[in-house]
Amino acid sequence: MPDTVIDVAHLGKQYVIDHQRAKGDDLRHAIEAAVRAPFRWLRSPRGPARRQKEEFWALRDVSFSVKQGEAVGIIGRNGAGKSTLLKLLSRITEPTTGRIRYRGRVASLLEVGTGFHPELTGRENIFLNAAILGMRRSDIARRFDEIVAFSEVERFLDTPVKRYSSGMYVRLAFGVAAHLEPDILLVDEVLAVGDAAFQKKCLGKMGTVVQEGRTVLFVSHNMAAITALCSRALLIEGGRLEESGAPPSVIEEYLSRTRVHIGMPVSEREDRKGDGRLRFTNVSVLNNRMEVVDTVTSGQDISIALDYDIRDCEALHNAVVQIKFSGILGQPLFACLSRASHDGVLVLVPGARIQCTIPRLPLLPGIYTYSIWCTVSDTLEDLVLEAGKLSVVEGDYFGTGKLPPHQVGDFLVAHTWSVERKAL
Amino acid sequence: MTASEETVIAAGRGGQRYLQDLWRYRELFLFLAWRDLLVRYKQTVVGIGWSVIRPCLTMLILTVVFGRFGSMPSGGVPYPLLVLCGLLPWQFFATALSDSGNSLVSNSGLISKVYFPRLIIPAGGLITGLVDFLISLALLVALMIWYHWVPPATIALTPLFVLLAMAASFGAGAWAAALTVRYRDFRVIVPFVVQFGLYLSPVGFVSSVVPERYRLLYSLNPMVGVIDGFRWCILGGQHTLAWQSLVFSLVGALCLLLTGVWYFRGAERTFADVI
Repeated sequence: MPDTVIDVAHLGKQYVIDHQRAKGDDLRHAIEAAVRAPFRWLRSPRGPARRQKEEFWALRDVSFSVKQGEAVGIIGRNGAGKSTLLKLLSRITEPTTGRIRYRGRVASLLEVGTGFHPELTGRENIFLNAAILGMRRSDIARRFDEIVAFSEVERFLDTPVKRYSSGMYVRLAFGVAAHLEPDILLVDEVLAVGDAAFQKKCLGKMGTVVQEGRTVLFVSHNMAAITALCSRALLIEGGRLEESGAPPSVIEEYLSRTRVHIGMPVSEREDRKGDGRLRFTNVSVLNNRMEVVDTVTSGQDISIALDYDIRDCEALHNAVVQIKFSGILGQPLFACLSRASHDGVLVLVPGARIQCTIPRLPLLPGIYTYSIWCTVSDTLEDLVLEAGKLSVVEGDYFGTGKLPPHQVGDFLVAHTWSVERKAL
Repeated sequence: MTASEETVIAAGRGGQRYLQDLWRYRELFLFLAWRDLLVRYKQTVVGIGWSVIRPCLTMLILTVVFGRFGSMPSGGVPYPLLVLCGLLPWQFFATALSDSGNSLVSNSGLISKVYFPRLIIPAGGLITGLVDFLISLALLVALMIWYHWVPPATIALTPLFVLLAMAASFGAGAWAAALTVRYRDFRVIVPFVVQFGLYLSPVGFVSSVVPERYRLLYSLNPMVGVIDGFRWCILGGQHTLAWQSLVFSLVGALCLLLTGVWYFRGAERTFADVI
């Protein structure tokens, strides 16, 4: 039976922001305060000398528990308190309220290459960094060759790391971190470094760590990594734990919160740009029977319909419209640009709607957003970022009933396979 | 899975099992000290020779200023030898104090990213100071051979005074390190203290030149006891050890050590937030 290894109850961390701190926290004031302290009772407690201080709860009343072998992803916006939570868990700073109980050895990886010294050689830094991350010397010696092999720096072991390329530096640092053997591993967004191949290797290594049954807490903005690695996700917002559950549903909750305007009717959006002779009023996703739908499937023929109003004129000639699709993290995926794919310009008359049809939607299941803009004679008339959402569920793109896993990308591309005898 | 123990983190509970943690992190302590030693003279030409050259030059200057120009009494000992017996423990104290003082700030990357008992960082400064001290002992040996100086049997007691110097250095270092985190003013103050201390402590002269009635007050400076002790151990002869002033220095050193660790422990919990 899996038992609880981390138990967090009513955890809170308060920081005091001193608005005069820049000049108020120096030695002179400390001495002054010490000299005055004996006479403090003479003054009223709310005297004018009181400095203005602002209290700020980086984390407030957070409770959760983690079971042995669980991999928990922690998501939230920047400044939501994720890193504070990891700092508290790894004992770097003390909580203001509440308590944490855990069993076993904790290693925290809040940064790649903590404690690396530029003057020391790769070999020396392996030992130093591993010791800093809590490895015993005997363990380091035992795993030394593995670390070197993983980080691919054999030839430069006796070179000071200040002469390393940044790629080598990161590889070495992650190599050490990947060979820690703690009971509980805390990781903060360290996979976002290095080239693509190395990132993949790191993700693979993280997967192994999870499979070995270690407990992992993992802060990341990489939703795909969270979905792939974690069995549970926590959503932290404004210092509070808002959601806990299966990664897909927590991620969806997170995304719907961060993109507050998604789902907001386009006609009510104020954060738009352009001259406004044309204004988009509504966006919708249609299936091949031209019915408005919430979700579509991979491989389905879909259309995006854009309703609009025209002001001050009969018709807009020379119009160009673009619909740009982005992934869950806002990474651009592809764009449908009328100037490129449509012969001639669009002529927009009142009382009509623009329709863009995409046959066999080549997207893997997931949530996507699209931004729209329209120019008339090269003048931007209207731009609405993330005007609409596209939910894609599994569909039979290849006619085989199967899809590749989502970790490998966002797209589906039609293709064929064959094995041919070589003509010689 | 290992038979794992439970750890509880709660506000104000950081102090529990501190000693146990210190012991558990002994390897990290050694690694950090080893790193500081390795880095110390990287990319220098003379390297470790600086540990000898520095005291050698200071000794020459102090000998000329106090021995020649000042014509201070030396108690029947070659003046350079007298100076060096005071200079070596003083330089140990000075190195350890300045290294410890800066240690937390220069390791701020570590402190904000990893947990360990913070006390091992200034303690590392003690080790670098000690290694420098041991190396510079070669200079003392060379000088004793040069002057055909046969030390008395009391030389065997020298390590006791090294311990006293360590206690004083660690106490002062802990104070300086913790204060520097909060008030960077101490980055200026510590070198100042070290500079002044060289003349306030009996390095270039014997402590018997201090008027009798101020002697005990003077001995509250723990380095007075340490330096007098060194001279008594190595030079003997007219360099006697006044037991009252030794006790005073002992008390001074212990006060420094205890209050230093106490202040450090109190400040430690906010290091990561303040640094």
